[in-house]
Amino acid sequence: MLEIRWHGRGGQGAVTSVELLALSAIGEGKFAQGFPSFGPERRGAPVAAFNRVDDKKIKIRSGIYTPDVVVVLDESLIAMVDVAEGLKRNGTLIVNTTRNLAELRANIKFEGKIAVCDATGIAWKELGVPITNTTMLGAVIRVTNVVKLSSLEKPIQARFGRLAIKNQTAAKRAYEEVRIINEG
Amino acid sequence: MGKLVGMEVALAAAEAAALCRFEVAAVYPITPQSHVAEHLSDIVNDGRVDASFITVEGEHSALSAVIGASATGARVITATSSQGLLYMGEVMPIASGMRLPIVMIVANRAVSSPINIWNDHSDIMPMRDTGWITIFAENGQDAVDMVIQAYKIAENRDVMLPVIVTMDGFQLTHVVEPINIPDQEEVDRFLPPYNPYATLHPDRPISMGTLGMPEIFPEAQKAKDVALVNSIRVIKEVWDEWERLFGRKYEAVETYRTDDADVALLTMGSMGETAEVAVDELRRQDVKAGLVKIKLWRPFPFEDLKKALKGIRVLAVTDRAVSFGGPGGPVFSEVRSALYDEDVRPKIANFIIGLGGRDVQVGDFVTMVKRAAEGKLAEPYEFYGVRG
Repeated sequence: MLEIRWHGRGGQGAVTSVELLALSAIGEGKFAQGFPSFGPERRGAPVAAFNRVDDKKIKIRSGIYTPDVVVVLDESLIAMVDVAEGLKRNGTLIVNTTRNLAELRANIKFEGKIAVCDATGIAWKELGVPITNTTMLGAVIRVTNVVKLSSLEKPIQARFGRLAIKNQTAAKRAYEEVRIINEG
Repeated sequence: MGKLVGMEVALAAAEAAALCRFEVAAVYPITPQSHVAEHLSDIVNDGRVDASFITVEGEHSALSAVIGASATGARVITATSSQGLLYMGEVMPIASGMRLPIVMIVANRAVSSPINIWNDHSDIMPMRDTGWITIFAENGQDAVDMVIQAYKIAENRDVMLPVIVTMDGFQLTHVVEPINIPDQEEVDRFLPPYNPYATLHPDRPISMGTLGMPEIFPEAQKAKDVALVNSIRVIKEVWDEWERLFGRKYEAVETYRTDDADVALLTMGSMGETAEVAVDELRRQDVKAGLVKIKLWRPFPFEDLKKALKGIRVLAVTDRAVSFGGPGGPVFSEVRSALYDEDVRPKIANFIIGLGGRDVQVGDFVTMVKRAAEGKLAEPYEFYGVRG
């Protein structure tokens, strides 16, 4: 079972990310959960959201404390939230950032695999807004192989309608541009 | 049969009501039920059902409105949580006393104070004696299936009682997961249109919910109790039919690995499957553990419970509500009472867990089972993992 924790700010669409990823996995015949950090969410405040994906039925409904993957939608969070908390040693951290490894290490105590993607840059270009949730999905799919990139199409289409193509393009670009900067 | 989709459980529950072609919805939004309210409103607004959505100023009015609508013969739906359910409490015995087949979705949430929006069972437990059939969903599939089953149970002429389907707030309502949504034709075949016994209509005046003098009031109460007790037969028939048509089995009391179990956990609601994982873990450690899950809370399934507990030496009952100053949690006192006349009965430990959204993990269930098996309990009931 793969457990993913997403960090974002209220309004950045972390909850949409986990929903789209869960729907993509379920569309492939896998079992998946997508859920928010339960509670009142305020625009701009740090929030988290979660995925579980497995080939067999998922029974656990408690929280996720030792994720396999952590995704950071907003790099300003790394100075205020311990984004690597509980992340498995052999897990993967995927950050929306243009910073290099040394700069990230100043805030993040994690020796494992780290991948980066300028999702904000891509989102500005492709969507015209700095909302990176669908963009970062492309990066996550490339690095984790949790689902196929094509499996995102239907859920994105259902969710975004006429804006779906732009979101798909953004996800595809992140899929191609994400870089692993530390193998761990 | 049906369609496997990924869907948020709250929305799926509302979809289930739509498949039942509800005719009147009256809902006041409250976290964590809000997505149910919003989605029911969307369904009506989009014309997907031939229904009215009555906007109300509070939960007391929401239930009152569906009582009125149900009395005219409409198939109705409402939903709430927490304080909203308590606020409805004043009218709840009226719904059951008037023998109206109302279906209500309750997204379980703690009650104030302190204010807490997260999940436990302290909203539903005080409603135990209001005369509603009460069924606990364990996952999203249960939630969908049970809402559809609820109408069939409620509208059976031998029952004619309101039904609550509870689903844990957030733990269920806010999770996107795979759910099989039955086809409309399948549901239509399973659930015929509601054929009311009596209806309010200006052209054919009758009285409902009238004054009951001491000469008749106790008989009315007894009739309600008899109906509720006897409803278990219909509930089981409906579940049997469901299994035949949809292939998914429902039982008043479900068991997991209890056949040769020495010690068992007992849960209600969304913690059941997490507890199954704990039982698997205990089995790997050579602890003969099992799990008993109560799905039907009212009418209480006494015989099913006794059968499920055969051979169990120690039982760890979990409660997600407190009976302040009482003998233990409400599930515990019910279970213990159910076993009082048995010659052979398990030792019972009571753990009060998961209050106000406090997470309960696999390891916690493992610890509870081990502690119960060792008999190391300082109190008749224990607030597990609680400071102070």
